[in-house]
Amino acid sequence: MSNGMPRMRNILVIVAVGIFLVILPRFIGDYFVHLVTTVFFFGYLAMAWNILGGYAGQFSFGHAAFFGVGAFTSSLLQIHAGVNPWIGMILAGIAGMLVGLFIGSLSFRFGLRGAYFALTMLALAEMLRLIAVQVCTVRYPLGINIPIKGNSLLHFQFTSKVPYYYIMLIMMAAVLCLTYVIERKKIGSYFKAIRENEEAAESLGINLFNYKLLAMAISSFLTAVGGTFYAQYYLIIDEEAAFGVMVSIEILLGPIIGGAGTVFGPILGAGVLEFLSEFARNILGGYSGIHLMVYGAILIVVIIFLPSGILGGLKLAYSKLGKRE
Amino acid sequence: MTIPSLSLLLQSIVNGILMGGVYSLVAIGLSLIFGVMHIINFAHGSFMMLGMFTTYWVYVLLGIDPYLSLLLSIPVLFILGLVIQRFLIALILDAPEYNQLLLTLGVSLFIENFALFVWSPNYRTMEVPYLSKAVTVGILTISLPKVIAFLFAVILTVILYYFLKHTDLGKAIRAASEEKEGSLTVGINLRRIYYLAFGIGAACVGAAGTLTAPFFYVSPQVGSVFVILAFVIVVLGGMGNIIGAFFGGLIVGLAESLGAAFIPGQLKQFIIYFIFVMVLLFKPEGLFGKAHE
Repeated sequence: MSNGMPRMRNILVIVAVGIFLVILPRFIGDYFVHLVTTVFFFGYLAMAWNILGGYAGQFSFGHAAFFGVGAFTSSLLQIHAGVNPWIGMILAGIAGMLVGLFIGSLSFRFGLRGAYFALTMLALAEMLRLIAVQVCTVRYPLGINIPIKGNSLLHFQFTSKVPYYYIMLIMMAAVLCLTYVIERKKIGSYFKAIRENEEAAESLGINLFNYKLLAMAISSFLTAVGGTFYAQYYLIIDEEAAFGVMVSIEILLGPIIGGAGTVFGPILGAGVLEFLSEFARNILGGYSGIHLMVYGAILIVVIIFLPSGILGGLKLAYSKLGKRE
Repeated sequence: MTIPSLSLLLQSIVNGILMGGVYSLVAIGLSLIFGVMHIINFAHGSFMMLGMFTTYWVYVLLGIDPYLSLLLSIPVLFILGLVIQRFLIALILDAPEYNQLLLTLGVSLFIENFALFVWSPNYRTMEVPYLSKAVTVGILTISLPKVIAFLFAVILTVILYYFLKHTDLGKAIRAASEEKEGSLTVGINLRRIYYLAFGIGAACVGAAGTLTAPFFYVSPQVGSVFVILAFVIVVLGGMGNIIGAFFGGLIVGLAESLGAAFIPGQLKQFIIYFIFVMVLLFKPEGLFGKAHE
C-alpha cells in the first residue's frame, strides 16, 4: 500500500461501507437489525479474542470468563449500587482486565503454552461459572434482571433495536481500528513473533511475559465490555449466558473460521457463522441445537480445507488468479 | 461448610471411588489418544453420549440387558472413532495442534446437536428392575449399578494395560507415542497406529457410556458433564499416561464426593478445577509423570 492508487481505493471502500452500515437500519426491519447487530456483536468479541489468540498466539478456550465478569459487574453494580451502566461498562472492562491479568500473569509466569494454556482458561471460566451458579441459584433464581428504565441513552436502554445497532457498530468499528493499528505497528510484529516462535522472539529481545500480558489485558478488557453490552441488550443475564462453555466456543469460532491473526478475518467469520446458522434455522425450523450443528459442520470444513480461515483461502485464491493472468 | 458424620464420610469415600472408576475409563481413552497423536479430543464427551444412547435404545426397544450391550457399544464406537480418524483427522495430521483440537470440537458440536435434533433434549432414565436395588454393607448403602460399572471399568483398564504392555500391537502403539521418528524407522505403520489408537480411545469411552447409562440420565448434552472432568483427570495423571489416568479418575471421583460432603451445592466441583489449575501451573507433567524435556 505504498503507492497512492490502492490506498485511495481502500479509503473509498471503507467510507462506502461505513455510509452503507450507517444508513442500513432505515431500510431493514427489526429482525434484520437484530441479526446485523448480532453479527457486529460476535465480530466485536471475535476481534477481542483475536488480539490474544490470533495475534499473540495464546489460544484461549475460556473467554467466557471475561465476558461473564463484564456482564455481571455492570449488572450487579447497577442493581445494588445504582451505578450508571455506561460507567459500569468501564468498570466491567477493568474487572475483566484484572481477571485477565491475574490468570495471565500466573500462566505466562509458569510458561504454560498451547493446550495447557487453553485448558487453564477453560478451567478458569468453569470456576467462575460455578461461583455464578452458586450465587444465582440462591439470589437470582430467575437470572439477574436489570431494572427497566424505558427508552434512555443515559441508562443504556432502548425500546427499539436501532440504538443498540449503532452502539455496537461504533464499538465494532473502534476495535477494528485498534486491530488495524496493532497490525501496522511494532506491537503487532512482536505479537506475531511470539506466536510463530517464542524462543526466537525472546532471543530477539522481546519480553515474552510483558507482551503476552499486554495482549491479555487488551483482549480481556474488550471482552468484558462486550459482556456489559450483552446484559444491556437483553436486560437479563444468567450464569450460562455469561460463563457457559458455549460462550467461549462462540467467541473463538469467528476468528478461527474467518482467519485468526488478521484484521478482517474475525468479523468475516462471525458474519458467515451468523448468517448461515440463521439460514439453517429458517429451513430446518427452530430446533434448539441447529445453529450449533451448523457451526460444527462449518468448523470441520474450514479446518480441513481452509486452515488459515476463509480470508486466508480467499487470499490464496486471489494470488493464484493473479499468477494466471 | 458442614461437618459430615462418620458414616456419611465413609459413604462419600465409597461413592467417590466407584464413580472415579467410571471417570477413569472415560479419561483413559482420552489419554491414549493424546499420548499417541497429541490431540485433545473434544469429541470425547459426544462419543460417551453415543455409547449411553446405544445402551438406552437397545434396552428400551429390544429389552436387552444393559451390560450385554457392551458388545455393541464397544465395536460401534471403535468403528466411529476409526472413521473419524480416517476421513477427518488424518487429513490434517501435519496442521498445528490447535487445528486438530478445533476439528474434534467441530465433530463434537455436530454430533451433539445432531443428537439433540433427533432425540430431543429430554432427560431419559433407564428403569432396570434388578439394578434399582441398593446393597447394604454394614452402615454403607451402595448402588449396585455403580459397583458393576466400577468392576467393569477396572477389568477394561487391566485388559487395555495388558494389551499395551504385552502384545506386539500394543507395544507398537506405545512406541509411536514415545518416539515418532524412531517407530517409523523400525517399520511401524503410523497411520494404522493412529486409526487404532483413536478407535480404542473411542471404544473405551463408549464402554464408559454403557456402564454409566443405568444410573445416570441419558441426554444429548450429557457428555459435557464428563468431558471436562476427563480433561482434568488426563492432566492430573499426566497426558498420555494410562495408569496415571486411572488413578487420576479415582482422585477426581473422591475429590468430588468428599467435596459434596463438606461444601454445599455446585462448589464441590470448584475444588476439582482448583486442583486442576494448580497441577497445570506447578506440575504440568502430571502427578505421576516424570518431567519431560
